[in-house]
Amino acid sequence: MPDAPAPLIVARGLTKRFGAFTAVDGIDFEVARGESFGFLGPNGAGKTSTMRMIGCVSPASGGTLTVLGLDPASDGPRIRAKIGVVPQQDTLDTDLSVRENLVIYGRYFDLSYREAGRRADELLDFVQLTDRAKSKVEPLSGGMKRRVTIARSLINEPSLMLLDEPTTGLDPQARHQVWDRLYRLKQQGVTLVLTTHYMDEAEQLCDRLVVMDKAKIVAAGTPRELIERYSTREVLELRFPVGVLETLDGQLDALVDGTNARRLERLPDRVLVYAEDGEAASVAAHERGLRPESVLVRRSSLEDVFLHLTGRSLVD
Amino acid sequence: MASVSVPRSRASAEPRLLRSATHVLEYSLLAYRRSFRASLFSSFVQPALFLAAMGLGLGGIVDRSGATISLGGVSYLAFLAPGLLASAGMQTAFSVATYPIVAAINWVRTYFAMIATPLTPRAIALGEMAFMVFRLWMVTGIFSMVALAFGVYRSPGGFFLAWAAAILTGLAFATPVAAYSATRKNAESFNALFRFGMTPLFLFSGTFFPLERLPAFLQPVAWLTPLYHGVALARGFALGTLDPAAGVVHIAYLAILAGIGAIACLVTFERRLVS
Repeated sequence: MPDAPAPLIVARGLTKRFGAFTAVDGIDFEVARGESFGFLGPNGAGKTSTMRMIGCVSPASGGTLTVLGLDPASDGPRIRAKIGVVPQQDTLDTDLSVRENLVIYGRYFDLSYREAGRRADELLDFVQLTDRAKSKVEPLSGGMKRRVTIARSLINEPSLMLLDEPTTGLDPQARHQVWDRLYRLKQQGVTLVLTTHYMDEAEQLCDRLVVMDKAKIVAAGTPRELIERYSTREVLELRFPVGVLETLDGQLDALVDGTNARRLERLPDRVLVYAEDGEAASVAAHERGLRPESVLVRRSSLEDVFLHLTGRSLVD
Repeated sequence: MASVSVPRSRASAEPRLLRSATHVLEYSLLAYRRSFRASLFSSFVQPALFLAAMGLGLGGIVDRSGATISLGGVSYLAFLAPGLLASAGMQTAFSVATYPIVAAINWVRTYFAMIATPLTPRAIALGEMAFMVFRLWMVTGIFSMVALAFGVYRSPGGFFLAWAAAILTGLAFATPVAAYSATRKNAESFNALFRFGMTPLFLFSGTFFPLERLPAFLQPVAWLTPLYHGVALARGFALGTLDPAAGVVHIAYLAILAGIGAIACLVTFERRLVS
């Protein structure tokens, strides 16, 4: 069934328990061939546990899971032969050269040395590290190591890639380089499944995503759908001096009643006003005597969705 | 980059266990290459110094004191060398089965890179045990050749059998210790293991003096230790003095220990890597 529209991954009531602790609590999702699918959520939401079950290195405690039409419980090695994994923590051998890391990894997939070497050269070119092929991994920057890990995960020409927080800890420039490579893979038809706690990453890379919180999926859809469903088009951010915010309840509530503002979110140092027209809300706030230190009107993001769904911000 | 874009529909069958284990061994050999020269050198220097200082130097005094009878009628050098050979097997076992395993699980996380591929924890355990055999073969082989230069052996057969005995001795330590190491989150307990495990065995298992010199109540304790059996076996082979029945007991004891350790490795590697 090479071209059948069957989903690459199907999870029903998928659960993972560690003793009395439930890391993943009965989640349902499907990932279609060629799409790029994200798990968005704060640390400890259950994203990594879910990824490890999909990667067939952690048996499910309950529910069902199918990956590439196979059952991870009985076909783990066969599934792993066809997927590429970029783990959260780098697992490169820092004493081997960049190229050696790729070639020996190819051997794990039973490739000949010749074929593994050919692919390693091609992939180093793809991640723009050809000139570092012979250098050891140790002195490379964090961003370069990530790219080596990505190149390594492609050595078996996977149709499905699992990326667990692919850009956590990287500087902005390195993040963009990684995104660029992932975007190219996506265009080539590789199915990407990734976890992230960065809004911009999810918005950049994911066609569809689920928001996870406390081991459960709390929302699902395209980034646009989620923003439309759980937020407004624009957000007005009003920043007040310390101590002032608590005295403003009356005026803030009046803002929601009398204007196009739909909803307020009070953060320790600022108020977020959710409105279709941020500029109009700003004028209205001024008319009601609010004198914030600074005012910012911006487009709504997944951060706002998460805040709305859980009452907490994603990255603390 | 056309190759990356083509999803492979050809189902690749699960590689067999031994084939997978071979790939793990390949990795270990590749990683070992970087320290090969230094390790080769120290494997040679260590026995040369020990045999020169203790075998010839100390041995000169021992032999003149008329102790030859209690050593079984041989020179102190000939008595000592096979014991040190078996001890070298044990020491190598401790070094390959402790820190490298803890590093591959907790620090470099090599094993976690491996289990993301078709390799299984069992293949990793088997491959690592194969690498331990290789290291034991190498270290005890160099030791054997140094001892050969000192004129220790009575026959060519004795040379090879004593070498094999040293490898078996090492394996009897390596597999149980590796199984234990796979359960560790850090290397804290290793110092105690070396100090209270390896060192007393090294000193009191008949390597430096016959067990009969120990207080009577300690002798049965010594008989229970694996190194005693390894030393007795290597010495018996090297000097051609092995009692066949005792030889069978020594080999069986060491082989059973190595076997139990190997099974324990399969279990603890699986438990640690898949959760």
